[in-house]
Parts: sequence; structure tokens; C-alpha cells
Amino acid sequence: MARIVVDPVTRIEGHLRIEAQVEGGSVTDAWSSGTMFRGIEIILRGRDPREAWIWTQRICGVCTTVHALASVRAVEDALGIEVPPNAELIRNIIASTQYVQDHVIHFYHLHALDWVDVTLALKADPAKTSQLAESISNWPKSSRAYFKAIQDRVKGLVESKQLSLFSSGYWGHPAYHLPPEANLLAVAHYIEALEFQREFIRIHAVLGGKNPHLQTYLVGGMASAMDPNEPHAPINPERITFLSEIAKTAQTFVEQVYIPDVLAVAGFYRDWFGRGEGLGNFLSYGDYPQAGIHDTSRYFLPRGAILGRDLTKVHPVDPAQVSEYVTHSWYEYSGGDSAGKNPYDGETNPKYTGPKPPFEHLDVEEKYSWLKSPRFVDTPMEVGPLSRMLVAYASGNAEVKELVNGVLSKLNAPPTALFSTLGRIAARALETQLMARQVPKWIDELNQNLNHGDLRVHNGEKWDPATWPKSAQGWGFHEAPRGSLGHWVQIEDRAIKNYQCVVPTTWNAGPRDAKGQRGAYEAALLKTPIADPDRPVEILRTIHSFDPCLACAVHVTNAQGRRFAEVQVR
Amino acid sequence: MLPEGQSLSSALKARGVSRRRFVEFCSFMVATLALPDRFLGQVVEALGKARKPVLVWLQFQDCAGNSESILRASHPTVLEVVLDLLSWEYHEIIMAGAGKQAEAALQRVVKEEKGKYLVVVEGAIPLADGGVYCTVAGRTAIDLAREVCGNAAASIAVGACAWDGGLVAAKPNPTGAVGLEEAVPGISIINMPGCPQNPANTVAVLVHYLTFGVLPATDQYHRPLFAYGRLIHDQCERRAHYDAGRYVEDWGDEGHRRGWCLYKMGCKGPQATFNCPNVRWNDQTSWPVKAGHGCLACASHRFWDTKSPFYERLPQVPGFGVDVPAGEIGLVLTGAVAGATILHGIASAVRDRARGETRPAEDQKINPNDSAKA
Repeated sequence: MARIVVDPVTRIEGHLRIEAQVEGGSVTDAWSSGTMFRGIEIILRGRDPREAWIWTQRICGVCTTVHALASVRAVEDALGIEVPPNAELIRNIIASTQYVQDHVIHFYHLHALDWVDVTLALKADPAKTSQLAESISNWPKSSRAYFKAIQDRVKGLVESKQLSLFSSGYWGHPAYHLPPEANLLAVAHYIEALEFQREFIRIHAVLGGKNPHLQTYLVGGMASAMDPNEPHAPINPERITFLSEIAKTAQTFVEQVYIPDVLAVAGFYRDWFGRGEGLGNFLSYGDYPQAGIHDTSRYFLPRGAILGRDLTKVHPVDPAQVSEYVTHSWYEYSGGDSAGKNPYDGETNPKYTGPKPPFEHLDVEEKYSWLKSPRFVDTPMEVGPLSRMLVAYASGNAEVKELVNGVLSKLNAPPTALFSTLGRIAARALETQLMARQVPKWIDELNQNLNHGDLRVHNGEKWDPATWPKSAQGWGFHEAPRGSLGHWVQIEDRAIKNYQCVVPTTWNAGPRDAKGQRGAYEAALLKTPIADPDRPVEILRTIHSFDPCLACAVHVTNAQGRRFAEVQVR
Repeated sequence: MLPEGQSLSSALKARGVSRRRFVEFCSFMVATLALPDRFLGQVVEALGKARKPVLVWLQFQDCAGNSESILRASHPTVLEVVLDLLSWEYHEIIMAGAGKQAEAALQRVVKEEKGKYLVVVEGAIPLADGGVYCTVAGRTAIDLAREVCGNAAASIAVGACAWDGGLVAAKPNPTGAVGLEEAVPGISIINMPGCPQNPANTVAVLVHYLTFGVLPATDQYHRPLFAYGRLIHDQCERRAHYDAGRYVEDWGDEGHRRGWCLYKMGCKGPQATFNCPNVRWNDQTSWPVKAGHGCLACASHRFWDTKSPFYERLPQVPGFGVDVPAGEIGLVLTGAVAGATILHGIASAVRDRARGETRPAEDQKINPNDSAKA
């Protein structure tokens, strides 16, 4: 039957195209394609490894900061540098702040409109909305007058006939199930969340100078100098107080707005606990070191892999087990396209063989994406908040178990319900709660160090490139909000010889591999019901549940120095 | 458009934005735009009467950092007001519809609002190999840019990549990436470089356009003078330390802890024009130099190639001959003060020329000879 194309997939970062075969009202096969390519790793070659983080951070402005962190860790790994505890803490505060901010934006601004019909909010009774709000949360903004004002705002927008960003929505689609009052509540929180994220991210401005694209990382530590007695020190008691105040707001917002909203929405869409599962394989590198990068046992989020939905066993993870395929990607390997390569041997020769634009469909039997296909022991894996929460749950992490079990019992759902579109949404919300609790604790630790006179933020022993060996290589990682991120760097004669990133969305959105194994998106879309092929909101629900970031996902190393002029267009 | 006879201020009032907040917003905009206070009345009046023009936002070879930046618009009410000031009808990262519905929204604007709408472009445009390195809905970025920007009233290129290709065009520029102005010559354009752009400036440009019906005065790179007309170094809060010869020598040393000058750590402030030190970021919370790291000159032309390596000291220090080793500068107090004086002179000249609506040279090589000419 019909081949549905969704391009552009919106409310994501970057350029993603989904093609799906629909028969008998549901998806029988799907293909995921990244349609933009920049070549940042080629641009990095020959440059100073100490500034690689400045460049790689620009891989993505939504997941700003995450590539900076993976990059400094890669160079530190290559050169054998250990950062002072304060630098570790500042990095943890920045990264956990990023989780909270990014996950909140994802739920309200990138994902909610798949579940919320904004126009139905006009039919809501503000008094009943107030009752609904007060039945699920203590959040103070819950009066009838408050919701009436929000409703009037929506009404003004609709009556102006200039619906702005909402003009193209799927309003009235039969897949929307929320009652009018819940829609009005969600619209109010859409607006509040915009305000929240803008305020909360000021933590990044203090510790990073600005957001997006923080500017205080250093190979060897951080540039956020600390002093308890200096008014102009980037970190001093006044700044700590400022950070602590903002951090507190997150815990309140997440526990009183985000979590209750997720539970309320999930309650109306329980079918989606049984849809969108995908691979059943989950990977996490683990992160948030608390006793140095080498002591993985002290990571706040554990490292491990779960295979075949088996939560009784957590497999160890070694970056040497990662490989990438280009069988269905617009690249070619010198040794043929049927074998994978570890990123240290990363060799990618771009070769576009897709249709000449403008085109209607991709040739999905051949190559069809700028994303490669990463595999862990030759197995496709899902990465992201669900993977992290499952690995932590299966590893016996007490705090995660308590949060997960609490939500499952509220929803009256078994643990297997987590293997689903709604499972991803729930796991992301729980992770936000976990990290919102943690941000103030790490700020407090930083404050204690400040007051005890430990002011070290940088290890400068290897800052001077003259101290480096002739050649070195290293692996840096980060569990970014969207999942497992790895940077592989090779340094020769004080310059970058080779650089490669294997990125969360490449794991999730990559195309098939040599064995024809689908990527996570492709697998998760199978059996998705489609009520109206012209308005496939169901596809967006599952794709958005992964929180795609395509700018991150498309990358390349060109170890062979192949000229791009050789790229053929057919 | 708003219903006939309804002004923006009344529409805002109906949506719970008070007159006072509205005037506060206008006042913030006047300050950012560096307009004299007497313009406040005009801004308030113009915005109060505005019908909502349509805006579309295109993303090409981008990281979405500029989109994220606008979501953090610094004044508490800015985004709220922007959503009410304009009908923001296409922006992939945040719009409701996808696929066909998104394409239809864009096509409606191009056809029905022809010549009247604003377009913001984020990201570079790849020209190599027939443009295959960036497609949206099966069409190349260059194809879309020509159609959408070619039919707009004006285009605003936000971020380094949309200006001059940015990082994507850094050597060896694998995809043949260029900025919007080079990709689609001859359009009415304003460039808002920076990595990313500062949302306070972009919003200010929109307000200027809505108030006066034209884009603000620009330099030869079509960057608005109010934001890009002055050196970072001249506005820097650490400037006094530079003048006094107090420098950070090692990361985390006493000077670093006390907020001394970052010049020796590679700061590009003396060669960078932007209003970071004044407007700052994230609700005026901070900016990179305040936070402890040098400036990258991210609003300068082709900064990725011309200002890197980022940890190398600027080879030519303002006020000194090229032969003076940088290491000696901190010791030569008198010289530093002399250099500063010359710099101030230049900055004043730049300002004066800016007022006269002539355009200052980008990232001027500041040296005494130039100063004499100025």
C-alpha cells in the first residue's frame, strides 16, 4: 500500500526523514534517514587537540555542552590527565543541569503536541481544569482564574487566525484522547515550562559563560576559577548562593509539574505502553564520576548493557566492542561495505548515491542515510534515558528502583511496560527527577570545597604541548541526555590526526547494517497503527519518544583524505 | 493579521500583558538598540499599532544553537512578546506540524505573503555536489533558500554559519558551505553573527524593523552597528587589569581567581567586535570572559579559521610594535597604559563614524598608525 514520507520530521534537532510502508492501517516497514552532512571531523584534523571541544560542541546546539565534555575527556584520556575534584563536580553540575533543562523542553515543547490538542483547550471548563490540577499536584498556579486567562490567550490566538507555530498541527485527529481540561492544563504548562527552562539554564551561564555553547571547559579541568574571598571570581560564595537558589526551583517544578503531567497524560494513552518497543537491547556507558574517571564503580549512573529485554543480567561494556557499518549509509569502506569498523580504525569516505534532488523517495534497498550504523558486539542497541534507567534498575541502584517502582505502581503497569513509547517518556521524566535532586547536592559539595580552601579547578601539568608524547590516542564518553556518546581521538605531533564521534542519535536513528538488522527507530515503528496516512501523528509519537538529534548523529572521519569532489550524484 | 481595528497593545492587553510590561519591554529594546531615550515613545507607539507580520525560520547546515538561543530570550517577557508580535509560522524545531503539513505551511507563506514576510536563516548552505549535503523534503537547502528568501521582505541570517558559512565552511570546507548572502545574492539581508547569536540582539532587530519599517544601520558585513560596532576589549570588565598589566598566567592561578585579564590565555577580545560584555547572556547573567575563559571572537568574519588556535596569544598587541614579546607586556605598565589610550581613541572614532552612518572596518588591525589616521 502507501509509502508514507515524513520530511521534515519537526520538533527535533536537525534533518530527519522517515519513510514508512503502511498496510492494513499499520506500519509494516520503516526507514530512517539523516539528510544533512557537515564533515566536522574532517575540519578538526590538524588542529590543536586542546580546542577540539570548542569545535565539537558545535555539533549540536540543543545538546550543547555534551560534545565539549566528551571531547575534553577523550584528550585527557589520550594524554593521561586526571582533573581535580572541583572540575569533576563542575562538569557534573553542568551535565545534570543539562539533563533537567533538556528533558523538560523535550516533553513540553518537542513532544507534548503529539498528545495534546491545543484547540480543544478552548472547550475546557477552567473551574474543572483547576480541580484536575489540584487533584494531581500541589503546584500553586492552579486557580480557575489562572486557567481562564490562559484559555483567553489561546482564544485570542485562534481568533486572530494567526496561529503561529500551532497553525500546522494535527488538531482534531482521532488519535488525540485527552479531555479538554487536560489539554488546557498542558497548554498552561507548555508556557510555564518555557519560562522555567529559561531561568534554570542560568546555572550554565554562571558556570559556562553562556548557553547555548558554554565556554569554560579546558583539557585538564575547567576555567571556572574559585575563590571564597574574591568578588570577581567566577565561583565564589555569592555565585554558589545564586546557583543553589535556581537549582531548588528545578526540584519543585519537576516534582509538581512535569511528573504529574506525565502520569496524567500516560493515563489517557495506556495503549502506548504496548507500542513502539523496538530492539529490546539497551546500552549505557554510565556517567557522573564521583571519584575520578577511572573508578566506574562510583559513577552516579552505572555502565552496562541489557540484551533481549533480559533485566536479570547486565553485560559489561568496553568501547572496543563498538563498531560502525556503512552498508546502507552514503559512505564507502576501502575493504568493502559489509564489515564494521571500530572508531579507532575509523575510515569514512563519503559517497552520495541517493536520488538527485528534488526527489520523492529514497532508494531504501541501497544506501539511504548520512548516518552510519553503530553496533555493540554486532548488535543494534537503543540508547537514552530508558537505557540508563533500565541499566541502573537492573544493576540494583536503590534510588532508581524506588523511582521506577513508584511510577509503575501508580500506573498499575508491569516493568515490561517500560519497553515502549510511553516507557521512554516515563524513564526520561524519572531521570529528570533523579537529576533535579542531585544538582543541589553537587553544588553543596562544591561549596564545601570552596570553604575548605580546595580551589583547584585545573591540572596544568600537560597543558604545554611540549610535554606530550609524539603520538597518543584516547576515548572520551558522556551519557548525554539522548544517550551514549563517544569521542575517539588520535593525536600526532601535537595535532589531531583523526577524530571520530559515535553519537546517541546515530545509535537510535541509524539505518540497517550489513545483516539487514534495523536501527532502533526503524524497529520501533513496526506495527504502529496509522489512522490517517496523510496525518501520521502516530509515527511522530514513537520517533519523538527517542528525542532525536540529527545534527549530532551525522558525522564523518576521513582517514584516507579522499576528496569530496569525487562524490557522485546519480 | 490581527482582526481589523485591533492594535497589538490591545491584543496584548487581551492576552494578559499589561501596558506597563509592554512599555518595559520596549524600553529594554531601546537600550539594546542603543537608541536615545526619546525614541521610546516611537517604539511603544509603533509596536502598539503593528499588525502581526509573518516570520518563517529556516534551518540548514545548523546545530540549532541559534534556535535554542532564541528560546532563552534574555528579558523575561521577550519570547512571550515575540510570539505576540509576529506570526511565527514555520520553524522546524518547534512547530506543531511535520512533513506535508510543514511543507504546506511554508508554501502558504511564500505564495500568500509574498514580499511581506521576514525570514530567519540558521546554518550554512552547501553548494558542492549539487547541494546533496542538506535536503529538506527532498529539496536542497540552496533551492529552498532561493525560493523562500527571494520572496521575503527581508532576511535575517543568525549565527556564524548563516553569515559566512561558520564552522561548516572552516578549512577544508568539505561540503562547499557558504553563508546566506553568498548563496542568494541581492536579497535584503541583515547578518547576526555569533556562535550562537545573542537573542537580545535578534529580538532588537525585529523590534527595530517593526517600529521603523527598515532594518537598523549596519557595517559593510551587514551586521547591525548597535551590536557589532564596538570592540569587546573596550567594553570588558577586566579591562582595568589589562591596563594595569595584571594577567592570568596559568589556569586557576591567583590572577584567574581574582578576575584578571585573560589576554595571555588566548583571549581574542582585542580583535573582536560584539556587545557581549554589555548585553551578556541568559537574562544578562554572564558572558564567557566573566566566567573565566577567553573570548573566541565568535562574531568576527570566518573566526573559526582566522581566530584559531584559540589558546594562542594574539600576535600583535594593541599599542605595541609587533616585535614586543607578549610575555613582557605585563611588566611594561607604562606601555600598556599608552596602548590603552590609543585603543580608546580608536573606539571613539569607531563610534563617531558609526553615528555618521559610515561603516567601521571589521576587526580592525589596531595599531598606532591606524589611530593617527582616525
